[in-house]
Amino acid sequence: MALKDYGDLNEMQLDALREIGNIGSGNAATALSSMLERSVQIAVPKIRVLDYNDVVQALGGPEKLLVGLLFSLSGDITGMIMFLLHKEFAHMVLSSLVGSEFDGSSELDDMDQSTLQEVGNIMAASYINAMAAMTDMTIDISVPNMSVDMAGAILSVPAIYYANISDKIILIEDEFDHDREGATSHILLIPEVDGLYKIMESLGLGS
Amino acid sequence: MSKTIVIGISDLNIATNGDVLVTYALGSCVGICLYDPVSKIAGLSHIMLPTIKDFKDPNAQKEKYADTAIEILLNKMLAAGALRIRIRAKIAGGAQMFAPVNNTSLAGIGERNIIAVKNELARLKIPITAEDTGKNYGRTLFLDSNDGSMKIKSVNKGEWVY
Repeated sequence: MALKDYGDLNEMQLDALREIGNIGSGNAATALSSMLERSVQIAVPKIRVLDYNDVVQALGGPEKLLVGLLFSLSGDITGMIMFLLHKEFAHMVLSSLVGSEFDGSSELDDMDQSTLQEVGNIMAASYINAMAAMTDMTIDISVPNMSVDMAGAILSVPAIYYANISDKIILIEDEFDHDREGATSHILLIPEVDGLYKIMESLGLGS
Repeated sequence: MSKTIVIGISDLNIATNGDVLVTYALGSCVGICLYDPVSKIAGLSHIMLPTIKDFKDPNAQKEKYADTAIEILLNKMLAAGALRIRIRAKIAGGAQMFAPVNNTSLAGIGERNIIAVKNELARLKIPITAEDTGKNYGRTLFLDSNDGSMKIKSVNKGEWVY
């Protein structure tokens, strides 16, 4: 059975995606931890197939301030990967790496922007490399694009992009946390339905 | 006391009696405010895509598209007692949240939404009296049925009223 909609995924296929999320985020966390020279906790990834409005609620409501880093995927899988950093997480990264402050009340300067983009870049590449190795596929990622804005506005981008496919967004949601500061970030892996089907086939779960 | 009525994405509704319509965090989507100053009937639509014509699905949600949603909203207002000739429009949103990724279907979606909204308002012969569109930031929009004012709130750029 070919997948037509994200809602068609069965429990075993969702488990496979969860495992991909697990391995991908483990790699990304290791990369982050060595960059920051401090420990990083990751939660067990959650796989959710949600309506757009529910995704926004799950991330703290439409007006929650987030730093969004968007990468597009090409090659054997097309789609997007998005990092969403809470402002505390962005602050933690910036204070560790370049000694600057971030409280969301002013715009980021060039140095802060490139720092966050580079951290996102390294984490996304680790995530995608793990996924490519596991599924034996070639996946390229674009350079990051960044936006510091309301969660609803940031997520309207994938929502619009997928509106012609499905009303729902599949989230492979990974949480990174640095315990003392309650700094959280999420990775959303948003594959196109075709790409999802290829992932399932490569893992022998195509039917 | 006046109520606040929340309009989600791909949603629309009308308000009167001083109630306020709000839609949160417009990114590349566009919010369309319609207002009849005499009957004080206000309508707000939050569209996501320019045209329903790109989609073959007969069950497509009409509130999602510029070329179908605005007419539904207009008809709701007329049914509530608004007079078509008095209705004016204010629009906001259609931002480019991220610099274009290598992705043609996504590039310029905000811009295409704005154009589609303007074309549809022209077809319905509703004049636009204010707009706050484009650029690269998200907007929360409030439409007050008391006076038809459109208030925009952004993350780091403050808030202002049209």
